[in-house]
Amino acid sequence: MSPPLPTIAPLIETRGLAYSDGPRHILHDIDMAILPGEIVTIVGPNGAGKTTLLRILIGAIRPSRGEVRRKRGLRIGYTPQKLAIDRTMPLTVDRFLKLGGGDRRARAAALESVGIANLGPAQITDLSGGELQRAALARALLRQPDLLVLDEPTQGLDQLGEAAFYRLIERVRRDTGAAVCMVSHDLHVVMSASDRVICLNGHVCCEGAPVQVTAMPEYRALFGLGTQGALALYRHEHDHAHDHDHHGEGVA
Amino acid sequence: MIGLLDDFVVRAALAGVGVALVAGPLGCFVVWRRMAYFGDTVAHAALLGVALALAFDIGVIPAVLAVAAVVALAVARGTGRRYAADTLLGVLAHGGLAVGLVVLSFLPGGRGDLSAWLFGDILAVGVGDLALIWGAAGLAGLALWWGWARLLNSTINEELAWAEGGNPERDRLLLTLALALLVAAALKVVGALLITAMLILPAAAARPLARTPEAMVLAAALIGATAALGGLRLAWVADTPAGPSMVVVALGLFVVSNLLRRA
Repeated sequence: MSPPLPTIAPLIETRGLAYSDGPRHILHDIDMAILPGEIVTIVGPNGAGKTTLLRILIGAIRPSRGEVRRKRGLRIGYTPQKLAIDRTMPLTVDRFLKLGGGDRRARAAALESVGIANLGPAQITDLSGGELQRAALARALLRQPDLLVLDEPTQGLDQLGEAAFYRLIERVRRDTGAAVCMVSHDLHVVMSASDRVICLNGHVCCEGAPVQVTAMPEYRALFGLGTQGALALYRHEHDHAHDHDHHGEGVA
Repeated sequence: MIGLLDDFVVRAALAGVGVALVAGPLGCFVVWRRMAYFGDTVAHAALLGVALALAFDIGVIPAVLAVAAVVALAVARGTGRRYAADTLLGVLAHGGLAVGLVVLSFLPGGRGDLSAWLFGDILAVGVGDLALIWGAAGLAGLALWWGWARLLNSTINEELAWAEGGNPERDRLLLTLALALLVAAALKVVGALLITAMLILPAAAARPLARTPEAMVLAAALIGATAALGGLRLAWVADTPAGPSMVVVALGLFVVSNLLRRA
């Protein structure tokens, strides 16, 4: 699917965004926009500012320069990179959802839609990594968001789990029409699940449809994959599994 | 009713229960947010507030609030620049305590009261103290009640709270204020050195018994109140210091609740 026409009003848009933490300049000159219904993935090396950018988008930190424009009444559903809830907090999954809003039936439906229908009464600190990601996604969905912001949603999942999670994201987009903006490290899967990829390294190095981006010199310089782009890895996953591992460090 | 307050044991019991009923719930947040050392720092530095209050003849509660605010601000500003948070907290906790002790020693009669400020003097609580204790603790409890859902959300995950339209910074401020109020209220009851115990122990003892945050908060309040009354009883029977006796009973309840859960 090609990106929608630029005449459509974006859900969220940044202009000349910059962020510094003391002497560390983390982001600069970020101009980006997310349109209704598109799946945008932000990729980039460690320290590229991916999480910082998401935190600015959701309003958790203010940019040092530039501005963020949100569509009036924009509803954001967010899943954090790590939902580290202290073990001393007694909290059932259902209660966790209720804190985000939504009546009993909506909560049950949200759990059902992410495939953990029976986990409502479970203590949230007893969940596995994958179940926790799904619970967080269920809470995000309960808000009936226009935009889902997901920070490394497949962290801690095995490859099967990753693939299933991205299928879930695509289904959510299809069913609800929500746009998705996510950070990911799993290049080979991401490429198949995104409409648009933004390659970030302090600034936007390059962006476009997955096939275009992987052919760009900026992308190749960043990920060092030479002639075997991530897309190629994806297409020949089994043949090149070891190659991928070898490059994994640079990608992370 | 007024006649009842003439009895110093009744006043002591009311003071202890008043502090414990709020310390339990607030302690849950301290435990959930891993703020134990922060609570300790505010409590220790509170002694500086006491010294300043006596030196300048102002109220103890506003002085303790001011010191707590300075501590919170200093930690928020200083963390991650040069020192880790716990280093800064250590500097402020013990620096505040030491400066407070030195200032107190200059005041007429200050030296004599020293152990009362450090370990509490619950049996000497007057009617006016009782009003201050219930007022400050009540205000702290009210803050928790009022901000309950928001406080829970920002405790679970700050980014999530931001994304859903909350303001975790404001929530943190609210908790810091509540903590300062409770410390001011508890100084006379358990003393600067053991306040954190009345926050942490009941909350930790309540954890194995609870499946919801509300149940844990309620259990912590009840366990705290039991510890306060039990400690007073222990002090009465065995002629032990009252503040530490309360903490000893709370420790016993902590052990029992963990054994119950294991069984």
